Amino acid sequence: MTLKLFLCTLFCCAAFTSYTQKCAYTFKGTITDYHDGTSLFGATVYLKKLNKYTISDDQGKFEFKNLCKGEIHVFISHISCESKELKINILEDTSKEFNLEHHTEELKEVTITSALELKTKTRQSTVLKSDVIDTYSSQNLGDVLKSISGVSSINTGNTIVKPMINGLHSSRVVLMTNGVRLQDQDWGIEHAPNIDINTAEKITVIKGANALEFGGDAIGGVIVLEPNRIIVKDSLYGKSIVSGQTNGQGFSFHSSLTKSTKKGWYINAKTTVKKYGDFESPDYILTNTGLNSSAYSLQTGLKKFETGFNFYYTYLKNEIGILRSSHLGNIEDLVDAINSDRPFVIEDFSYAINEPKQEVTHQLIKVDFYKRFKNLGKLKVQYDYQNNERFEFDLRVGDDRNKPAIDLTLNSHTVKTSFEFDSKSNQTYKVGLMGGYQNNFANPNTGVRRLIPDYDKYDLGAFAIGNFLFNDKTSLDFGVRYDFNYINAKKFYLKSRWNERNYDADFSNLIIVDFNTQWLVNPKLKYHNFSASAGVSHQLNEVNSLILNYALSNRAPNASELFSDGLHHSAARIELGDLRINQETSNRVSTSYNFKRDKTALLVELFFNHIRNYIFIEPNGTEQTIRGAFPVWAYKATTANLFGIDITWQQKITNRIHFKNKTSFMRGKDVDNNRDLIDIPAAKTVNNIGYSNKKWGNFNANLESNFVFRQNLFPDNNFEAFIPTTNSNVLVDVSSTPNRYHLINFNSDATFKLSQKTEVTIGITVTNILNTNYREYLNRLRYFADDLGRNYLVQLKFKY
Amino acid sequence: MKQIKKIVILVYIASIFSACTDNDNPIVINEEELITTVRATLVPQNGGASVTLESIDLDGDGPNEPVISVSGDFSQNTTYTGNLLILNDTETPADNITLEILEEDEEHQFFFSSTNNIATTTYNDQDSNGNPIGVEFSLLTGNSGYGAFTITLRHEPNKSGMNVNTGDITNAGGETDVQVIFDITVN
Repeated sequence: MTLKLFLCTLFCCAAFTSYTQKCAYTFKGTITDYHDGTSLFGATVYLKKLNKYTISDDQGKFEFKNLCKGEIHVFISHISCESKELKINILEDTSKEFNLEHHTEELKEVTITSALELKTKTRQSTVLKSDVIDTYSSQNLGDVLKSISGVSSINTGNTIVKPMINGLHSSRVVLMTNGVRLQDQDWGIEHAPNIDINTAEKITVIKGANALEFGGDAIGGVIVLEPNRIIVKDSLYGKSIVSGQTNGQGFSFHSSLTKSTKKGWYINAKTTVKKYGDFESPDYILTNTGLNSSAYSLQTGLKKFETGFNFYYTYLKNEIGILRSSHLGNIEDLVDAINSDRPFVIEDFSYAINEPKQEVTHQLIKVDFYKRFKNLGKLKVQYDYQNNERFEFDLRVGDDRNKPAIDLTLNSHTVKTSFEFDSKSNQTYKVGLMGGYQNNFANPNTGVRRLIPDYDKYDLGAFAIGNFLFNDKTSLDFGVRYDFNYINAKKFYLKSRWNERNYDADFSNLIIVDFNTQWLVNPKLKYHNFSASAGVSHQLNEVNSLILNYALSNRAPNASELFSDGLHHSAARIELGDLRINQETSNRVSTSYNFKRDKTALLVELFFNHIRNYIFIEPNGTEQTIRGAFPVWAYKATTANLFGIDITWQQKITNRIHFKNKTSFMRGKDVDNNRDLIDIPAAKTVNNIGYSNKKWGNFNANLESNFVFRQNLFPDNNFEAFIPTTNSNVLVDVSSTPNRYHLINFNSDATFKLSQKTEVTIGITVTNILNTNYREYLNRLRYFADDLGRNYLVQLKFKY
Repeated sequence: MKQIKKIVILVYIASIFSACTDNDNPIVINEEELITTVRATLVPQNGGASVTLESIDLDGDGPNEPVISVSGDFSQNTTYTGNLLILNDTETPADNITLEILEEDEEHQFFFSSTNNIATTTYNDQDSNGNPIGVEFSLLTGNSGYGAFTITLRHEPNKSGMNVNTGDITNAGGETDVQVIFDITVN
């Protein structure tokens, strides 16, 4: 940079000598901050060709005298500002006003960054940066998030991973990807978020519903994925990550390329391809657990300070095999599976993905536009369209063999606009409106009664949030939001089911057509949801700080909770929703204590979440069919109390050796029935000792111990069933939790420069080094098979 | 320009909203692979009254329990020729699922079991690999008494598992497509 300037100066000097005109003009100017209009003191103003410098005074003023007639190049720069360059024609004495974008960094890092930011200071949020995300390039979003204390996952095998924040998941966790709320049938546990983690350069997890601009129903929290920031200069850069691993004998490849110009135009393309065969537990192959995944994205736009737009398109297709042995006939098969140490079907390793399997395609198009208004703020308008297509294939016979059992298409349109008043540095406000339309279509060609009906859903929302900085030590935020949801569904009910649920008494007016054994019913449901949040952070002294948060949020029941109705073969259970379920109301209080000294960083987060009408699914007796008996899993609502503690402790032992501990513990109580809640993550402690040495090519090595306790607090939903083959009544143990387990992992990487602009990082990871047999409580396939065995992974990352 | 852009977007969105308010009703689905009826007809080989065992569950996976009927008592120490009929009675005419089973006979097998030694069964049919299917079978009653007689259909059983081809379900694996229990009396 300095070199460039120097050369430029030399060149200018050479060119200057030829000027011999009348030179008596004055050029004056004022430099102000774009946002709040305050004068900028100490800005350097440089006239390129003339090689003249001056510095603005405390009123932002500067002056050049004795200028000649003609064009001058003005170059203005200021610490922590984006420099500005422009040409001015001097024909007479000239006076001009210049606006500089004063706090560029702060503005670009919207909503997240560190706890030092005004905007996030009052929330319980954690940021994962690209170096962490890249390590997980070959895995799922749910896997990378588990590196945050208090975030766990609920799984169906190891490729369907749903993030869980403080014990809450699915519709209670809002996922924002590049400014768009993901709409991908997030209701089911076996519906993993359709996101390629490689599209994110930064992931922020906000615990609780304190980020109201993203939605008022995020009772669990919000996960914000952001793509790489575009640097406004002429450049072409990219990266590629190749990983190969032994477990699953697969690979993952990711590549991205960005071209940007000084004028603000940019284009970015990304692709990720993954292929895995059957994964392995320590003792056997997990037959039919392979994965084929491909993802593409394209982003382009114009990024200027005052105005700009973005266009974004992503395509993601996942073909996921589901453990063959988890597909069951009836309760007898389930009992046999629970009592057997090994899955019933163990075949040789294969890349084939057979039934049961899922094929999910998600496409997203987004267009947004922004404009800044001087001394006021920033207006944003955005439209997005998402198309989610989901096929689930069961083992079927005859002509139906290759037909999906579930074929759902979800189309969502959202338009939103917001205005951020950010002209004052000690207080910012943001107001916004959103409207959404969603249509779910269940293809009748499956020949299987719809698990989720056809419906139209309309959403309207409005929010206002404010952030205040009282002084250097205390900041405050508050927010309010209102959402209206309207669901218009058309659903078939077996008349026998309709009567069994006693719907006739309350909902007989909803029946529109009689189809012999079934009713066609038209529920029209309206929900008014009000949410509010408040947070305060206070820096007690140099090392201690506190955050206190409160959030009120409401969540309308989703399609699955309301309408589920049918036999889920992949789980051997009948799942039933309930039309009577009302919206959930959560009151969450949380506090964080942060201690930071040169060698020690400690973060302790506490939360208490009281949820009225907490909706959950649990076993609820059995029903007899001609296939035999099936357990019924029914959605219910109760009053729930969830509370817990998440600890993150980092300690530097020497300059090169550090220790990290992450511990989380929580409890969930069903207050109405005075018992424990189902599916609450067990206590977990992760200890990590690491060595890093910058001199050895940024060498890192980490040894991690991951200890998960047994969940001893679970509801007893066991039931008795008659097993004809053995002519006996047996207890079906669906409740007992797996034993505690301890996994040791190792990871190491080093980075080498290949040239001025290219570098390569070589990483080696070994997970489950001791090849421990274990099962995880929150893995739905825990009844059938052990979790993953040892895995060696080698990763090469090129940056160019 | 920007105004126009905004208007275009809004109009587009408004059109989406208005376009989607059709009132077409979805198509009703009558479960295709549904098994509603299992009927076993048992004819005494040396003449006499035949017995029909029937289980009908018209609402399939719905909450209603199957209706189970046994037409009469069995005679003691008698060999019956048995024949199974598997139907979907929600369709008219009823869909004969037995035919589908026989089409994929290598992937299906019926198993029979009874309590109190009131009956034993043997297979009378074979798939292309020479393994039993069980649509046709013989039933030999024991001495007089009563007990439970269970008919189970497994999809994709391991027919080469130990004793599976003699009718022992223990090592059969696979998934249960049908499992019905009849309380029978032998006189």
